[in-house]
Amino acid sequence: MSTLSQQILSRASGRSAQPGDLITLTPDRVMLHDSIAPSVIRILKEQLGVTQLSNPDRVVVVIDHVAPAANLATAENQAALRKWVREQGIKNFFESGNGICHQLLIQEGLALPGEVVVGTDSHSTTYGAVGAFGTGMGSTDVAVCLAAGRTWMRVPEAIRVQVRGSFTEAGASNEHGVFELGPKDLALEIIRRLGAAGATYASIEIFGLDQLSIAGRMTIASMAVEAGAKAGLIWPGGLLDSPSWMQMPDRADYISEIEIDLAELQHRVARPGRVDDLVHVSEVQGLPIDVVYVGTCTNGRVEDLQTVARVLAGRKVATGTRLLVVPASAQVMQEVVEDGTAAALLSAGATFGPPGCGACIGRHMGVLAPGEVAVFTGNRNFTGRMGSPQAQIYLASPAVAAETAATGRLNAPSLAHSTPHLV
Amino acid sequence: MSTLWIFGDDVNTDQIVPGRFAPYMTSEAELRRFPFIEARPEFPELVQPGDVIVAGPNFGCGSSREYAAQALALCELGAILAPSFARIFYRNALNLGLPLIEVPAEELSPLRDRDPISLDLDSCELRHANGRIALRKPASFTREIWQAGGLIPYFQRTGHFPGEVAL
Ligand code: SF4
Repeated sequence: MSTLSQQILSRASGRSAQPGDLITLTPDRVMLHDSIAPSVIRILKEQLGVTQLSNPDRVVVVIDHVAPAANLATAENQAALRKWVREQGIKNFFESGNGICHQLLIQEGLALPGEVVVGTDSHSTTYGAVGAFGTGMGSTDVAVCLAAGRTWMRVPEAIRVQVRGSFTEAGASNEHGVFELGPKDLALEIIRRLGAAGATYASIEIFGLDQLSIAGRMTIASMAVEAGAKAGLIWPGGLLDSPSWMQMPDRADYISEIEIDLAELQHRVARPGRVDDLVHVSEVQGLPIDVVYVGTCTNGRVEDLQTVARVLAGRKVATGTRLLVVPASAQVMQEVVEDGTAAALLSAGATFGPPGCGACIGRHMGVLAPGEVAVFTGNRNFTGRMGSPQAQIYLASPAVAAETAATGRLNAPSLAHSTPHLV
Repeated sequence: MSTLWIFGDDVNTDQIVPGRFAPYMTSEAELRRFPFIEARPEFPELVQPGDVIVAGPNFGCGSSREYAAQALALCELGAILAPSFARIFYRNALNLGLPLIEVPAEELSPLRDRDPISLDLDSCELRHANGRIALRKPASFTREIWQAGGLIPYFQRTGHFPGEVAL
């Protein structure tokens, strides 16, 4: 059998899709968010002369990037977007506060195994968490896709990632005595192995994660684009029913393969500026940290927040450090309120932001000042991403973020740190 | 004669136009002022139509924000040359009619920042102080999209996408 990308794209395009082929297809969903939708609408109206979409049911619109609006420009853009959504009869519309686009599409069943989902956002690779071919596109591509009812793409080659072993139980250490390794550590390991451009023009297809939750799979699929990938597909086994036409691919169909043994994962962080500049936490341990930010489409889900509460284990956020927590969706928020996680985080001294993208792209609610150093559970640490270009962003897992918040310094959770505080 | 602008490896979309300067946050009319506003603040002021950017691999990595490519297209660059491009940026630039050309790193290595150059896309040649670089010929549909001025005029004129049989 051919790669997952080929299988999905063959079905969607109605022809045998071979790597390198240019194909045309109608995506199952087209996602637009508030940051890019205004330019898509402008292109539709001004350049393509489209006033009414022919298939609004395929369209999903989310207000998440600056939610709620931060200034007059964003407020006006959002008002215009709401009006357009009403005019077009788009039913899948998520207001500001519902959460981050990628979280919502999967949470609401709007991205399903075997589907093709395109979005105005590079982290649309997240839909690979449920075995959908999710890929990001720019405004012109999305506008033309909405106008023409189809889009074109080059069928990618694929890189195979074979995962072995399993993650340890929450709170337990692995055979090397390392605590709280999770999906983010695997995501970072994939980036470390492939490099920031290692999967450019290709898809990454990951096998061996049938035991992993959908939330954990989303963390990994969201970061596929950080290796340059067009899509990051996880074999939809375990908790998901894959469509009958989806078959386990042959290894020979891949241009390369990496194997990752989960027992060999380490606590690593990406140093400021480059997602693939990954170092063992011990190399930067003790660095004073101003802001710990837990959230985003990569690590803002219930199990991420639970991890933070578990590692904090009753400790307070260190003086001089701020802990910002931004749930990925209102549903996540509700669940962490109901299970007591939110109360634990609040009593540790965390500040909650409303569900959405928050300060991930440095537009509001937690923007970094010059000289500030942040530990961030998101997916990008580019210079200037979260505010000042003189701020520094370390990408980390929720567990490292939590230990850092508790100690005020970059630290990985360890037996030594957590035992005295265990409840 | 145009001028060459050299950039490093993995130039990302936050360097090209930081999210805070998105049209969404300010206004579309201001976009021309923002390319490399923090990474290289003199760029938006000094860049001239026809100038060429030469960069390391993976140019344009990161966000899908088309305004990054658009900000550079508004500068009326002659082309961007790099060993590889991030795929969404590549598509966005193509869609806007901004020529991106893949050139192996070793062929780009003699070039120096602010060198005078001249670029001829018809003969696929870049002439510089110490010689010339023969550029790889683009696919015919790529050239057609450049000539049309972007994907939309191309699509409106032909009624089809690249690789698609004309309807
Ligand atoms: S949380 Fe950050 S990475 Fe995710 S969609 Fe929002 S801005 Fe993009």
